[in-house]
Amino acid sequence: MDIIIIGLLLGGTYALIAMGLNLQYGVARIMNLANGEMLVAGGFTAFWFYTAGNISPLLTIFVVAPVAFAANWLIYRIMLEPLVRRAKSRGQLEVDSILATFGMSFIAVGLMLAFFGGDYFNYSYLSVPVIIMGETYAQNRVVAFASAVVICAILYAWITFSRPGLSLRALAVAPDSARLVGINVRSRAAIAFALGGAITAVGGALISSFLTLDASTGVVFTLKALIIVIMGGVGDVRGTIIAALLLGVVETLVASLIDPGLTLAAAYALFILILLFRPQGLFGRKPT
Amino acid sequence: MSSTEIQGFVFAALALLVAGALPYFGSDYVLSLGISIAMFTVLATSWALFSGPTHYISLATAAFFGLGTYTTGLGFESLPIWSLIILAGVLGAVLAALVGLATLRLSGVYFVIFTLGLAELIRQVITWGQNMTGQKGLYVLTDLTEAHLYQMLVALAALVFLVGWLIGRSRLGFALRIIGDDETVAAHSGINTAQAKVLLFMVSGAVAAMTGAILAPRYIYIEPSLAFTPLLSFQVVIMALLGGVHRLWGPIVGVIPFTLILETISANFPNQVTLFIGIVFLVIVYFIPRGFAGLIETVRNWSAWREARS
Repeated sequence: MDIIIIGLLLGGTYALIAMGLNLQYGVARIMNLANGEMLVAGGFTAFWFYTAGNISPLLTIFVVAPVAFAANWLIYRIMLEPLVRRAKSRGQLEVDSILATFGMSFIAVGLMLAFFGGDYFNYSYLSVPVIIMGETYAQNRVVAFASAVVICAILYAWITFSRPGLSLRALAVAPDSARLVGINVRSRAAIAFALGGAITAVGGALISSFLTLDASTGVVFTLKALIIVIMGGVGDVRGTIIAALLLGVVETLVASLIDPGLTLAAAYALFILILLFRPQGLFGRKPT
Repeated sequence: MSSTEIQGFVFAALALLVAGALPYFGSDYVLSLGISIAMFTVLATSWALFSGPTHYISLATAAFFGLGTYTTGLGFESLPIWSLIILAGVLGAVLAALVGLATLRLSGVYFVIFTLGLAELIRQVITWGQNMTGQKGLYVLTDLTEAHLYQMLVALAALVFLVGWLIGRSRLGFALRIIGDDETVAAHSGINTAQAKVLLFMVSGAVAAMTGAILAPRYIYIEPSLAFTPLLSFQVVIMALLGGVHRLWGPIVGVIPFTLILETISANFPNQVTLFIGIVFLVIVYFIPRGFAGLIETVRNWSAWREARS
């Protein structure tokens, strides 16, 4: 039972990261493989603020979010828009954006290694036990989960009920028709990409409060986020959340019952099952 | 056979002879560079055989390569090396078929993501298996010298070029070019697209596994994190793209300069290797999407055009 709850707590943070990627891929149509590096950068900022100024990661996210938003907006405008403009088909954009974001991810890793070295970094924030239903859990995990839930809820409400959110959904479903009803596709896509990056960075700041990160762990999180997005269905917020919780639980089960070194293998097992049986996502409809 | 093809053959045979004779006149350092170049030539060319026409980016090279090294590592005491190389090829083809059947029916993104983590997945499973049995790494002690390994790699490279040339002329190669241009059209003209893609991916996987099997004795001691290093997959992708994947001779044009530069950088600035790889990725995407081969062809067309005008 406590394994499942730990898994759900982990899954909550995964959901946040995967939401970020889902906005970038589902709305802006950029397969961003440098997503994990944005997460590590967010985590590093939280680490730095905490060790240098003793500032809680929960406050740091209010700095991380706008900075990451601006950085990702610039990345989209400067680096990715030329690719979008050049691409003749969706497939070509996918190949180009995969290669370009691989390049960016290598550069990000290279820069982080150059500036901060290859050491692991972690800090101890709120690592005191709390008791829920008779079992003890680390408070930092619970706090990170609660923050992730709040952010997910705000994001979900914004996407579902606000007018800009509506235009993002339109963009995700039918990018060509969105233009016809007066949506500025370029600027909306840039905003979706920037928002996705900001959310991922915030997720990184939260996750750094209970996981140890280093400059080159980004790719592992990219992979997990990708698997979640595909499991949940591209552009499907509800599916993403459920898939993230599922992945968190499965990973924790495998780590505590079989071997902690097999977490990625567990994620892959889920991924293969989805590919074989429901390639359109957990709740997706079969393409006609 | 046309005269340009005969020219090409003569040129290829001469190049092969010179490359094969390298151990007789080169120093040890040159030979070890030669091994790197031969290894990446084989890997990048076989990668481009599949990814060139189809535009499916495979990041599974490290997985196949590691599979090959482990084949040799586990079997070199009981079986001769040539049979292990063949066995590695078979195993690589089987793994490629499994991966291909699971992902190549779907869109390209699934394939990229799946192959991205494949090496890491196998590495985790082998590490876990070793923990269970209490075994650490494997010692591969053979009496093969660097020169032997190098010549085996050159022979494998020759085989890859021959196979690539045959595929390019065959119905399969034609089918793949159509798939790369427009998959819907290919399916409508009666091509079994999934089958064609899986078949070619098997060729590419088998070759990468054979390369790993040949090179295992060079490492002497192999362990999962060494045999399945994910950076290898990226190096192969980047060299092939840098050279140009739409021509059979393209990748080698990328392999030679990239290996030499990478060697210099990792000798002098070992921490800047990832940064360098990232920058080259961006240069390829933004400035030379068709690689050096594309550049060479553009220059050639341009001068031909100028001649025709004058």
